[in-house]
Amino acid sequence: MLDADFFRRWMAATAAAVDREADQLTELDSAIGDADHGSNLQRGFTAVAAVVEKDAPATPGAVLTLAGRQLISTVGGASGPLYGTLLRRTGKALGEDAEVTQDQLAQAFAAGVAAVGQLGGAQAGDKTMLDALLPAAEALALSFRGAADAARAGAEATVPLLARKGRASYLGERSIGHQDPGATSAALLVEALAGTAQDGGAEA
Amino acid sequence: MKMLINVPETVVADALRGMAAAHPELTVDVENRVVVRRDAPVAGKVGLVSGGGSGHEPLHAGFVGPGMLSAACPGEVFTSPVPDQMVRAAAAVDSGAGVLFVVKNYTGDVLNFEMAAELAEDEGIQVAQVVVDDDVAVSDSTFTAGRRGTGATLFVEKIAGAAADEGAPLDRVVSVARQVNGSSRSFGVALSSVTTPAKGSPTFDLPAGELELGIGIHGEPGRERRSMMTSGEIADFAVHAVLEDLRPTGPVLALVNGMGATPLLELYGFNAEVQRVLSERGVPVARTLVGNYVTSLEMAGCSVTLCQVDEELLRLWDAPVETPALRWGR
Repeated sequence: MLDADFFRRWMAATAAAVDREADQLTELDSAIGDADHGSNLQRGFTAVAAVVEKDAPATPGAVLTLAGRQLISTVGGASGPLYGTLLRRTGKALGEDAEVTQDQLAQAFAAGVAAVGQLGGAQAGDKTMLDALLPAAEALALSFRGAADAARAGAEATVPLLARKGRASYLGERSIGHQDPGATSAALLVEALAGTAQDGGAEA
Repeated sequence: MKMLINVPETVVADALRGMAAAHPELTVDVENRVVVRRDAPVAGKVGLVSGGGSGHEPLHAGFVGPGMLSAACPGEVFTSPVPDQMVRAAAAVDSGAGVLFVVKNYTGDVLNFEMAAELAEDEGIQVAQVVVDDDVAVSDSTFTAGRRGTGATLFVEKIAGAAADEGAPLDRVVSVARQVNGSSRSFGVALSSVTTPAKGSPTFDLPAGELELGIGIHGEPGRERRSMMTSGEIADFAVHAVLEDLRPTGPVLALVNGMGATPLLELYGFNAEVQRVLSERGVPVARTLVGNYVTSLEMAGCSVTLCQVDEELLRLWDAPVETPALRWGR
């Protein structure tokens, strides 16, 4: 079972991963965007890790809902509302249980990912964060590690794609050949989840 | 690259503190990042709120004042502001007559303003939105993020702002803003890349001897790269691209805009070429504005925006305005 503390550790692990990879994310973003993805997410997840530590919400759902609201209020750009919606809607779907199963998380995460698709209007193959999130959501019901691997593979598979949404879409054909920064950061989020599960012995 | 800053993390707050010191006629909330005209809310007047990433100054905060914006929300450099800022701005300027959000068409701006509109309506504020999308360098299709909002933002904010100051109701202000956007097209050219404070090195490499055609205002690379062209050749290319799409049947407003690092000497020379091309194409120019208004940090380059105007839009353009960056008629 996964409790509120597990979700707080997931957010802290994501903040650490984003911190570590911020320059890399910004580098990817300068190739096909505007060179701020790393610093924006760094600002956002640092604030998230701090607020979930300080407020210490009692349930998994409340941790993610608070994290999502914090991202929306802190990040700006497209990634603020999109990542904020992902976590907020996942949190809402988890309800008010004090502990949740991996299966519940998988279903809630799928609902969060669907909400991201709805908000941004993107689909699989548009070279966005969904290209990492959709395969991860599918794999999460089976295993945390499988979800992380699927997310990373999905992010790497964005290299040959033509961007159809977001700022990279302005480049048209010139977006081909670059890995999508949003899919890359989404893979970090899922990798942090798998790492947290592994450390806590929750790996299925 | 050398920059006149303290540390990258505080550039926006530092600029706002400086703006507050220079412009006592504005209320600058540095902590919450909202710039409001001091006399807001003006009784019976529709509020105009815009915002976007910083780095485009004087857009948007430099256009706050009588005759133009009621409030502006600056985000991080090249990053949309967050909904909290827009809700705060809307609450500060709403007199009960409603608020218009002027939104440049970028995914981030659209999403954050959308969320803000919902939140403001929950607080009982009537909100309408107009999305500016004038950049012809981006092909407009439902499969992309659509055209970017660039130079036409200035025309929308000035003309809709004048309508609001005259006491026009919200639906009228919205229709004026939509008319201006629908009658405007832009095309931009970069002679150099752009360096954000956070990254500290150029966003893209642009070798000496080359220019980038069809750029936006965030250092996102453009659609095509060519060997360096003369001012006259660039004017031919840019004005042609705008006219092909706009196909004006009457007089236009012309904005010959600098990207930040191009001196006025060059911009005025470029304007002479822009006017030559317009004259050759038989397009009468009603008014021209030359200067750095919708910028991209220290990028060298320019953009051309044309807006076809009828008598009413021209009258509203000529109406008095009193902001840090645009002022006439008072």
